[in-house]
Amino acid sequence: MSLLEVENLRTHFISRDIDNQIRVAEALNDVSFTLEAGKVLGFVGETGAGKSLTAQSICGLLRPPAKVICGRVTFDGHDLTAMPADDLNALRGAEIAMVVQNPRTSLDPLTRIVDQLVRIHQAHAGGPLAASRTRAMEMMEAVGIPDPKNRANAWPHELSGGMAQRVLIAMALMNNPKLLIADEPTTGLDVTVQAQILDLLKHLTERFGMAMIIITHDLGIVAHYSDEIAVMFAGTIVEAGPVSEVFEAPGHPYTRSLIAATPERLKVGGGAKLGGQPPDLYNLPSGCALRTRCVFASDVCATPPPRTRVGPDHDVNCHFAGDLPS
Amino acid sequence: MTAPVLTVEKLVKRFPAGRSGLFVNAVNSVDLSIAPGETLGMVGESGSGKSTIGRAILRLTEPTEGKITFDGRDITRIPDREIRPLRRDMQMVFQDPWSALNPRMRIGDLIAETMKLHLDLSKTERENRTVRLAERVHLRPEYLRRYSSDLSGGQLQRVCIARAIATNPKLIVLDEPTSSLDLSVRAEILDLLAEIREQSRAAMLFISHDLGTVRLISDRIVVLYLGAVVETAPGEALFADPAHPYSQSLLSAHLPADPEAKLSRHLLVGEIPSPINLPSGCTFHTRCPVAIGACRNEVPGAERIGDAEHYANCLRIAEGGNRIKPTEAA
Repeated sequence: MSLLEVENLRTHFISRDIDNQIRVAEALNDVSFTLEAGKVLGFVGETGAGKSLTAQSICGLLRPPAKVICGRVTFDGHDLTAMPADDLNALRGAEIAMVVQNPRTSLDPLTRIVDQLVRIHQAHAGGPLAASRTRAMEMMEAVGIPDPKNRANAWPHELSGGMAQRVLIAMALMNNPKLLIADEPTTGLDVTVQAQILDLLKHLTERFGMAMIIITHDLGIVAHYSDEIAVMFAGTIVEAGPVSEVFEAPGHPYTRSLIAATPERLKVGGGAKLGGQPPDLYNLPSGCALRTRCVFASDVCATPPPRTRVGPDHDVNCHFAGDLPS
Repeated sequence: MTAPVLTVEKLVKRFPAGRSGLFVNAVNSVDLSIAPGETLGMVGESGSGKSTIGRAILRLTEPTEGKITFDGRDITRIPDREIRPLRRDMQMVFQDPWSALNPRMRIGDLIAETMKLHLDLSKTERENRTVRLAERVHLRPEYLRRYSSDLSGGQLQRVCIARAIATNPKLIVLDEPTSSLDLSVRAEILDLLAEIREQSRAAMLFISHDLGTVRLISDRIVVLYLGAVVETAPGEALFADPAHPYSQSLLSAHLPADPEAKLSRHLLVGEIPSPINLPSGCTFHTRCPVAIGACRNEVPGAERIGDAEHYANCLRIAEGGNRIKPTEAA
């Protein structure tokens, strides 16, 4: 059994407009994927594609008007969607940890960093305070914070962005999680710091045998740090597979356009680019959401595209999967 | 070679650091020049002085020392009233198109605004040119009557670009013009900029922290560290053979979107020093893996590499000790 199994997850934003009419934004539509223990899965897609929302739906971190409509999330044998809030709380921060973008706003500004690390350990593992402190020192060392003894008493505002992100990672590791969700962990950091943080995360997954989900819009990160990739568009995974497979032979027109738009592949002044706007989630086109912008679209695309296997573990949601001209 | 459209010599910009009497040394003796029609990329991490240099060139901030020559004229100290007519020939595109445009003006009026300020055109002529400009930046004419809140980020950046090219400037400074945009939108904007470069032959200063983007659009690239130029090179030469230890490290941190690409890592230790208290000699010596004693005291000059227009400021180039040994990527 896989560590994480997500089946047909649907998350919608249900609200009422000014005329008291119900409005539904179909933000996630039938998201399904599995993640094996120790593997790294990279989620890519543009703003509003549903990457972060997928993570939040898995962890039960949604706030109204967002709501999981249907679907099942099985983590390590537990059904998270059916779990009582207290049990879920016990799991989050312990078995499932999260590292988010913007580390400075995720730290408590009024608590020294060592105390924040101790706090999360006490909340889940309990035990003597001294043991939590020792663990905190170990984790600060593991994430490469220089001189952890002195830095332990620092306040969050005294840390650079890169250091704050390391503290957040140390915090995520305190309870030895089986799954780490890193939501844009390096956006806003400089490239050299980004490389350090990503190298660190990769190293830690290997050292502790953690599985990791990296959410990013940077294909370069996915190309070098994940085993598998899931490409999201308009709340659906349109293509998923091993990284080398997908980059070598992208099967979905959207994946192709994304890869073609990376600086390495981009030919200025040449090549067809995906024009148009992201679809309106309140009013998604029937069938394939890309069809209004896709150069290959035909009448059949108004019906839901089937999930088609095009290679080993490589799935594409497109009517023309495998038949597109290369 | 034709006379450069812009020359910057020994540019220094210091900001007072609060009331402490100390100064933030944002830009430290920067030399650069841009030829007509050339696109110069400028890369560096946050705090390296990229944006400050761009703003000083446009006189949006007063240079502390140094000399800026634009189109043969020394503009370093010209009074404010002479700056505005100058902006006709030097325009800017900013990172965040949402805050760069007046939300209460229609798109058409926003594009016409620069022409109204700088060009003596009749209303009809101006309107005709607005429509043509919208066409050039691939903006549908019906958007001209709308407001900025109706447009997406990519479309707004097109409006900003239309404003910048409306007066046929000789130089356009672009400060992270694609950083706030999604990948496929970014590709469209880069396409548009390349097209405009071909059509107008305006020189461009392209400021970005994204190495891939800079490589794609620039003829030459300048690498900055702590407010100083450490290397200048044609794009391909820089990526193929970075000479300065900082450039080597910066480029090794770049992640090409290709899983097959080999990464060789020589990441730096430590953090970027405070620009209030700059290290002596070569400002990079505190983090440089190949620094020697002399690097502490001596400020390195630009050293020519090969026969291309490739220069790097490092003392160790002469004896070939500037290469960092790569370590395996994680």
